Amino acid sequence: MKRAARYIIFYAALLGLWTLLAELKIWPPYLFPTPWGVAEALWAGFADHTYWIAIRVSMERVLIGYGISVVLGMILGLGVASNKFLEDTMGGLLVSLQSLPSICWWPLALLWFGLNQNAILFVVIMGSLLSVTLAMEDGRKQMPKIFGQAGRNLGAKGFKLFWYVLLPASLPFIVSGLKQGWAFAWRSLITAEMLYLSLGLGQVLMMGRDLNDMSAVIAVMFLIVAIGYVVDGIVFKGMERHLQNKWGLAPAT
Amino acid sequence: MSTQSLPHRFPVEPHLSNFPANGETLGPVRVDSRRPTPGLPKVGLTDICLSYRTQSGERLVALDHISLQVRAGEFLCIVGPSGCGKSTLLHLIAGLHAPTSGQISMAGKPVQGPGTDRILIFQEHGLFPWLTVGQNVEFGMKMKGIAKAEREEKTRQYLRLVHLAKFEHSYIHQLSGGMRQRVAISRALATEPDVLLMDEPFAALDAQTRDLLHDELERIWSDTGCTIIFVTHNVREAVRLGDRVVLLTFRPGRVKSEFPIELPRPRHLEDLDVAGTAREILDELREEINRSLEAEYNAGVKPHIEPGVSA
Repeated sequence: MKRAARYIIFYAALLGLWTLLAELKIWPPYLFPTPWGVAEALWAGFADHTYWIAIRVSMERVLIGYGISVVLGMILGLGVASNKFLEDTMGGLLVSLQSLPSICWWPLALLWFGLNQNAILFVVIMGSLLSVTLAMEDGRKQMPKIFGQAGRNLGAKGFKLFWYVLLPASLPFIVSGLKQGWAFAWRSLITAEMLYLSLGLGQVLMMGRDLNDMSAVIAVMFLIVAIGYVVDGIVFKGMERHLQNKWGLAPAT
Repeated sequence: MSTQSLPHRFPVEPHLSNFPANGETLGPVRVDSRRPTPGLPKVGLTDICLSYRTQSGERLVALDHISLQVRAGEFLCIVGPSGCGKSTLLHLIAGLHAPTSGQISMAGKPVQGPGTDRILIFQEHGLFPWLTVGQNVEFGMKMKGIAKAEREEKTRQYLRLVHLAKFEHSYIHQLSGGMRQRVAISRALATEPDVLLMDEPFAALDAQTRDLLHDELERIWSDTGCTIIFVTHNVREAVRLGDRVVLLTFRPGRVKSEFPIELPRPRHLEDLDVAGTAREILDELREEINRSLEAEYNAGVKPHIEPGVSA
């Protein structure tokens, strides 16, 4: 209750300040819109289906890209964690590559794939692959050895050992990495979409700028934040809760 | 050092008396194929050595020429000071690690890697927390590819055996320590192993729970006729449970002596006979414990005892 009250007070104050600044007309309205100007833009965007389509297109891309990242990242991470040679060589490379903003892959992607969907997917994958890989590597190392031993002892080996033992055993240790990977994937996608006109939320955002429509720009920014927040709150928080229920006190995160 | 006298051995004789013939009183699980053929060695260890490099680079001999024959249906207890490599020995028999030299055989066939004919029960945390109790028990059967209907039936059967049928759908963290160990036993038995390898399974439990589990384990052992190799640092527990107690020396682990336990069953920890026999073994063990303590004081820290093989 107290927490809810704090939230309401904070956001009401923020909204009040915004309204006040807009109403003072220090800056012209096309540069600093009012809250209801943004609300109207949101309404209009949904009414003419622009935002619906953009959200669908963007979500599709991020799900495909992130999905590929997760699968590849788990395989890579496991490989690195279970092989001393790979750990010494590739481990360092992965960490240093992580300092590269994912959009730096954009020129390379353009030359390799051309100006199309695949180039965007590539940037999304490069954005999230590393965090998933590093999380998996770390999770595999943190995971108590005894699970693998018990699994092998009970007759699990190869893919079955991975699927029924190593993967579920490391989940509590990698869920924060998966979450981080998602955030990177989402950011990379929006960035790439802003550079390439192809529906999607990033493009709608740039369209607002091209039309000098600040209300629309802020409306789309809201959407991007909201979607990121909702996925985090529903998918990842749900996953964490689920793990906590099963494992008892959460071992990680 | 290596000229230490050969371990004292007692003659090995078939040991029929431990298997009650009255089938009527047995529990719900009776697998006749696992009835022992008395006298035939089930597990054979020949000249097992294990050594590895510690992180500081020195070479550590954990096990030194261990030879043991375990009869089918025998309840063998291994005792020794901590650091004698007794847990490691179980891991070797389970096939989770390979010995540096020597041979391990199961019913005459060499052991290569893990197999569900030998199931290891850990001191703690060996159960899968992401699965329910029932799914844990089912796990080995699932890996074997046994059909779902049969799995479910057997799961219930083996849970009943350890009196946990009501907890089939609980998660591991919801159970007490004693219940968890019973799940572990049930999960191990569900794969119908010939040999149960128990690595100080009751060390973390309170005394009352441990007493109960001793009774239960003894009952399960005589019901199923499986062979049990039980590692413990508690000599009384070893005498309470075992047909034979093997004493290992402190690092490197060698067989120091063997004690056949011919006290009538059922036994209890408080029995005078049990205490008396334990006393004899303890006298020999004390020497090794002193050596281990000395090593600990001298080294300041205990060397890390664990083969560097990843899971």
